[in-house]
Parts: sequence; structure tokens; C-alpha cells
Amino acid sequence: MSLEAMYQQVIMDHAREGHGRGLVEIDLPHRGESHQVNTTCGDEVTLRVGVEGDTLARIAWEGQGCSISQASISVLAELLEGESLDTADETFEAFRALMQAKGEHLDEEREDLLGDATAFVGVGKYPARIKCALLGWMALQDALIQARGASSAAVEGGQA
Amino acid sequence: MLADLHGDFPLLARTVRNGRSLVYLDSGATAQKPLAVLEAEDRFYREHNGAVARGAHILAEEATEAFEDARADVAELIGASTDEVVWTSGATAAINLVANGMLQASLGAGGAEAERFRLGPGDRIVVTELEHHANLIPWQQLAARTGAELAWVPVDDAGTLRYEAIESVITENTRVVAFSHASNVTGAVTDVESFVHRAREVGALTVLDGCQSVPHLPVNVAELGVDLMAFSGHKMLGPTGIGALWGRKDLLDALPPSQFGGSAIKVVTMETTTWLDAPQRFEPGTQPVAQAVGMGAAARYLMDLGMENVARHEARIAQILREGASEMPGVRLLGTVGDPGAIDVLGLAAVVVDGVHAHDVGQVLDDRGITVRVGHHCAQPLHRRLGVTGSTRASAHVYTTEDDAHAFIEALAGVREFFGVAV
Repeated sequence: MSLEAMYQQVIMDHAREGHGRGLVEIDLPHRGESHQVNTTCGDEVTLRVGVEGDTLARIAWEGQGCSISQASISVLAELLEGESLDTADETFEAFRALMQAKGEHLDEEREDLLGDATAFVGVGKYPARIKCALLGWMALQDALIQARGASSAAVEGGQA
Repeated sequence: MLADLHGDFPLLARTVRNGRSLVYLDSGATAQKPLAVLEAEDRFYREHNGAVARGAHILAEEATEAFEDARADVAELIGASTDEVVWTSGATAAINLVANGMLQASLGAGGAEAERFRLGPGDRIVVTELEHHANLIPWQQLAARTGAELAWVPVDDAGTLRYEAIESVITENTRVVAFSHASNVTGAVTDVESFVHRAREVGALTVLDGCQSVPHLPVNVAELGVDLMAFSGHKMLGPTGIGALWGRKDLLDALPPSQFGGSAIKVVTMETTTWLDAPQRFEPGTQPVAQAVGMGAAARYLMDLGMENVARHEARIAQILREGASEMPGVRLLGTVGDPGAIDVLGLAAVVVDGVHAHDVGQVLDDRGITVRVGHHCAQPLHRRLGVTGSTRASAHVYTTEDDAHAFIEALAGVREFFGVAV
């Protein structure tokens, strides 16, 4: 596994472009926000989501960190905004599997789901960097739990 | 320069990442071990293992002797008496031993003798802004629990201690001053006398963090004039799991212990216990004996090389690392270049590469077989003060060659290009 295989061009591009960067207010009733820190290096991200029905309608974030962590957040923002919550969950699980795959590719179905995120396959070879790649995804998961909590609370509120 | 010592360090012969030879430049985090240390530990287990200071059989005798000989070797390395060296699990534990002892005293332990360790509202604890977390958090916690106030000697924009602030920060109500002998980030060697002089004026105890100095510089506690000093085994070529606290005997005999158990005691009844004198009062339970023996062997190894020679060798490495980094476009060296002739800086360089995160820098170096530390090096406040979250640190030891240092500089020069950051 060469260094170039880990830092694929798509990762370098995403690190530079930062899709979804900018912590804008999300004006949706079902929203969540999560702040995650990588304690080994101090890298951090704040990520907001907005949910409409069963769609992950908005993702906005601000963070600072290494190219792997920043590119990973950019990829997930581009990949999942506008997708269904089920797709978001499945993609998260696929990405986590990719990180645990020690540099091996996943099956075609999951790689299709991952799109640009398959470029992170090389990170799985470097255990110290897996946390970097997962930082934004952990924030996403946490923020979605809140947004869904707000959903169910709103539904319950509606029923009462 | 020291002779090439690679033959003494088996690990340095291994290859890494696609068969590249290893350039080990993470000694500030942990040092590699010479055969003398590996063999001393191994020999202890193979030939002498027994319970220390318990029982009268031959192995108990030999184990006790090995344990105490090691203490004598470590004491000799720092110019101390043997009974002033307390074994701990590491430097962190040594500093906690002092801070927790002061907490015990503040809670009323230790009688009249422990008066000088008692803290409360109105008292002050002083540290510096460049401390490793291990020499900051125990004092934060002690301040929080006793109501004492924590203050610190600041650094300037380059990360250099502002010595002119010592007089105003170490106030009349200051009871303890804890500071590093050398920074693990800037590499700057502290002018200990400036702190000791002021601390004595106000009657404050001085606690020196010797983690980065004892492995690399001639250290003589009597000449330094401090009251207590913590240092670790694994950074001075010894095993992990062992370190030491040195302290003036009268202080150690009066400091209340904060860990309790067998062997540290004179008389135990169902109601009460009396403690042995130092160092045994601080060593309850079964000690890391083989590790202590290994640390003793490391002390001998360093003394055989001669600490003056070690310091001069690492000063040459410092010059290559620090001048090389400071002259490189797009690279910021944390701290000042230093004067290798004066040995005012350790053989390390922590750098920030413009536009490239430390983790990414470290990854590129790792791909070339160069192992460095990335991140905040357990000194978040200092990094924050310098306006960065992390840095990439190359740090040397006795086995580091000029070629190793040049390899770092060469690889560093290619980092920005790799990440497409304009030079």
C-alpha cells in the first residue's frame, strides 16, 4: 500500500473543496447538531442535520483537521444530502465496514452505496488514521439520533 | 559526536513500510532500549527473581540487592543519595505522588512535620504555560481540592518562558513551583536557577519535571537546587512501567504517603499504621522490580557514554533539525533555533507545515520509514498559545545519527509538494 493509494486524488480534492462547509442555521423542525473531537490530535467538527419526513434534507458543518478527516466529512455531505435516512444508515454502516477492512475492498453493492467514499479504502491499512476518517460520520450519526428524537417527539406531540 | 550505537539497539535494525530502514525520531515520546537494558531485565527474571524486602532466602536476597543496586545507579546518574530515590510507575505517578501527598497533608495527614505541604485558600501553586499535561493537571486538581490558586509563568509568542515574569507570578503566598527542566515541544532548556532563586525567596517548594532532561543532559540535583524531581525510565532507554521521584530526604520523610499497603510500614495495628521513612514509605505493594533493574541498567549505560558526551551529540542533532526546519519555506519551527554550543536546546524539532495538518505530515514521513510524533504532544495549552492545534516533532537520542536528522529535513521538504500546497 503506497502513500498515493491512501491519499487518492478524490480525497485531496474533497479536502480542498469541503462540500457542505459553513455552519449555517438549518431551519427545519427536525434537526440535530453534534460536536466531535478526535482526542489524539484535537481535530474537531461540528455538524448539523435537518430531516424532512424520511429524508436527510440538509447537512452543514465546520471543522478543522487533517486532510483525511476533512475530506471524509466533505464526501459524506455530498453523498448523503437529499438521501433517505435508510440510505444514510446503510452508507454509514458500509463506511464503517470499509474502515475495518484493513485496506481490502467491499462487495460491489456496498461500494456503489459509498461512491466517492470508497477512496478511503487505503485508510483501513493505517489504524491510527481510522478515527480521522470516522470523525464526521460519528458526528452525523449523533446528530441524526437527535433529529430523529425530535421527529418522534413531534409525532407524539401531534398525537396527544 | 558519539560513535554509531545502532549495534546496541536491536529494534533499530528492523525495517518498516515496504522494507524501508527505520529512522526512529520519536525518542521524546519513548526511547528504544539497548541490549544492556534488555539483558538486565531478562537476567533478573532468569536468575534472580524473588520477592524484594520480604523473606530471607537466597532469591529474596539477590532480588533485593538487584533492586537496591538499580536505585543506587539511578541516584548516581542524577547526583543524589540512594535513599532519596523513590521508585514510581513513571514520571506521571511521581508528580501525582507529590501532589497527592500535599493533598493528604491538606486533609490533615502527617502531623506537624507535614505543615509545609498543607495548602488552602490564600495559597498559590505556580506552574508554567509550557508544561506537559502530566505536570499541569495534578496541580490543577490539587488547587481545585484545596482552594489554593493556580498561576503560571507565561511564554512569549515564540514559546519561550518569560523569565521576567517569574518575580510577579511567584508571589509571597506561593507554596509550590512546578516546572519543566526542558520543554518537550520547543526543546528549550529551562534556566532552573531563575525559578529556584525566587522560590527560595518566598519559601516555596520546587518540583522539577526532568522527563526530557535526565535522558539527554547532565543533571545534578544538588547543583540545580530544586527540592523534588520526577523522571521516567522509558524515555532514558529503560523499560516502561518504571520511573522515579527524587526528593530531599527531609522532605520525603515528612511528605504523607497517598498509596497504602504492605512493605511501606513500621507497625500496623487494627486501628493505626506508622510509616517507614523514605523511600520505602512510598513503595507499598510489590514493586516493578525487573523494570527497576532495567532502569538501573539504562542509567549505567548512559553514565558509561558520559552525559556530557550525550548532550554534545544531541546538540549537533539539534542543530541539523532546528536550522534545517527554520530555514525551510512554509515551515514554522516552534521555539527558537537555539545555540547548540550553549546546549540550551534539546535534540528535537516540533514544526508546523503551512497548509498541511500534522497527521498528514507524519503520514508522509512514515511512508519513508521516518517515525515522528504528531499532535499536541500532551501540551495543549502551549500549542494553543502558539496559535496551532498540533505539530510534527522529530526527537533524538544517543543512537540518532546525523543521517537520521538529514533524512527528516529532506522528507519534510517534500511534504508541501505532495499535498499540492504552493511553495
